[in-house]
This record gives sequence, structure tokens and C-alpha cells, in this order.
Amino acid sequence: MVNEEERLRRTMMFVPGNNPAMVKDAGIYGADSIMFDLEDAVSMTEKDAARTLVYEALSTVDYGNAELVVRINGLDTPYYENDIKAMVKAKVDVIRLPKTENANMIKKLEQLVEKAEKEFGVPAGSIHLMAAIESAKGVLNAYEIACASKRMIGLALSAEDYTTDMKTHRYPDGAELEFARNMVLHAARAAGIAAFDTVFTNMDDPEGFYRETKHIHQLGFDGKSLVNPRQIEMVNKVYEPTRKEIENALNVMDAIKEANEKGSGVISMNGQMVDRPVVLRAQRVVQLAKAAHLLNEEGDYIEK
Amino acid sequence: MEIKRTAIAGTLESSDIQIMLSKGTEGIQVTLKSDVEKQFGDQIRKVITSVLKSFNIENAKVTAVDKGALDCVIKARTITASQRALEIADSPEWEVL
Repeated sequence: MVNEEERLRRTMMFVPGNNPAMVKDAGIYGADSIMFDLEDAVSMTEKDAARTLVYEALSTVDYGNAELVVRINGLDTPYYENDIKAMVKAKVDVIRLPKTENANMIKKLEQLVEKAEKEFGVPAGSIHLMAAIESAKGVLNAYEIACASKRMIGLALSAEDYTTDMKTHRYPDGAELEFARNMVLHAARAAGIAAFDTVFTNMDDPEGFYRETKHIHQLGFDGKSLVNPRQIEMVNKVYEPTRKEIENALNVMDAIKEANEKGSGVISMNGQMVDRPVVLRAQRVVQLAKAAHLLNEEGDYIEK
Repeated sequence: MEIKRTAIAGTLESSDIQIMLSKGTEGIQVTLKSDVEKQFGDQIRKVITSVLKSFNIENAKVTAVDKGALDCVIKARTITASQRALEIADSPEWEVL
């Protein structure tokens, strides 16, 4: 019943791929995932420079436990294939494809990744993929995109391009994103992969940032893409479980342990049977509590 | 390999290094400007020269302006400058990375 721990993906921090200062320091902020950008953050004339810089950084800098993601240039650009080769050779954890509109785009990417793995002697299947959904087409095809490859680990909604495609723009209440958020989230959940919400760029509006993050947390997103390291702590705070949630989760974990020791298949707590969804939720709470440093070595709650 | 044109890579921003590569006739000549020349000058020169060697560039004038770049940044910028100078940026030599 206890499944293998899923990777926490509360925060995915964007790092411009051609900025050495930011590339070298990206690991110190405690983001769950770091996304080096070769696409929009890099000018056309510096695409080759950014690719090489990110390659060398990935090969030498220690980014700790962070998941390393690179956003490559799109399928319709002349940089696409070289980006794939370089990032596969660098053994990045995840390649993120921008402007994904259908499953074929992921299948094409998968083929090239597979070829590059062979060419550079990288273990087959070790490079994962994720898709950024940035258009009406992408949203409507989200599920086929999510299922397009066994390498897929997540979908991310990208609101700037999407709202433009929808002939609107971003509003403080986010009503224009509701359908896309739910589609992306359902597609990801149905496919068993992670869902990332879009960036929030106005650093002068922390209230708006908290409001949006609480909203996507409530919907069920794994986390959010971020443009500024200052937002990491803010997201983590929203995802931090309450004391009551943690204590309840610990009770569930104790009940599981007790059931295992007794060799009983049925887990009961306070005389009531504990269902599988309750167990799964408790496991996630414990994982979030650990990440928020709210549990000590023995796994007990730490008073703040 | 022969340098086909003068090429620049990198910026003058902090943690970066700007490398300018042009044709030369007397081996690899590196002119380096760096605030840490005294402590790291030899190391920076070594990284630049070894990248040029891996591209089989035997003659080149290198002007490097360092703003506190790590070795991996020096290597990356020298690779980019070399690929641009050799006009192979669109089909990089993967074994050099």
C-alpha cells in the first residue's frame, strides 16, 4: 500500500540560460526543480552560447537534490536538434518542450532523445520529458500530450502565450485561466504525472501571488513555475501542511506500521478502517512536512 | 583548424568572461585582463588554451576580459568563441564539450 515516494515539485525556478551569475547560483535557493531556459530568455544571436554554458554548468556545478530541467527551443526553430543533443549529452533530468500542441510533437522529441542517448552513451530512457501547454490546441490535447511518452513527467501551463491565443490577457482573479488550469491538471492526473501552474511575474504584488498560489494549491497542482527566487519561500509556505494535518497524518502512518507489524491487511485508526486515499494523502502530508523541516529525525512534529 | 573570422563570446557582466578570438601566426597568444590575474591568471590561461587545443586550433590571438568567471564559464565561452571563429556553430563538435 505504501508507494514509492514521489518527487516533490512545488517550485520550478526559471533561470536565463545565458547568464553565468544566475546559472552558477541557481542551486542555492532551495527550488525543488531548476529550469534553465534556452528559449525566450535567450536572444537569437546567443542561442549557441547559452546551450554551451548550460551544458558546462550541468556537467560541473553541484545543484544538490534539485531536479534539473532545460527548456529547449521549439520544434520549428533551427536550434531544436542541437539543444536536444547537448542536453542529452549533459544528462539533464528533464527536457521541457515549449508550445506543445499535440502528442506527435512529444513523439518526435522522444525519437530524437532516444537517438541522442545512443550517440552519447547515455542510459536509454534516463532523460525525462515534460510539455509546456501554451495554446488552445495544447489545452484541448493535454491528455494525449501527457500520455504521449513513458518519459513524460509533467505538464506546465504557460499563461502568457495561452491568454494571447485566447484573445484575452491575464486578470488578477485568473478567471481566464480556469478552464486551462483544470484541463492541464486533469490531463496530468489522469496520466499520473505532475502539473505545474504558470508564472506570476509581478513581484510588487505579493498578495496577488499568495492568492494565486493558494488557489492552484487548492485545485491540486504539484506546484508553480517561478521567475524569482524570492517566490520559492512563498510557495513553500502555501504548501506547508498545518500542525493538525501533520499530526493526523502521523497517526495514519502509525496505524499503517501497527497493521504491518500485526500482519493485518486492514489498517484501522480509532476503531475505523483507513482507506487508501487517506493513506496516500497522509504520505503526501508527511513528505511536505519533512520538506518544510517540521519533522525531527524520529519523525515527530517539531514545535515552531 | 584554421580560424576563419574574428569572433567574440561572453559579456562583461559579473561572473562572465568575454573571449575574442582572431587569426594569429605565432601559436596561441593570450592577452588576459582580470582582477584576479595574480591568483588565477595561469589557471584561466590554461583553460582557454586547452579548449583551443581540443579544436586543433594552433594559431590564434585571444583577448580575454574576465569578470570573475568559474572554470566552466571560461570553458563554455571559449568553446562558443571557437565554434563561431571556425564557423561551425550550427553543427558543433560534440566531443569537445
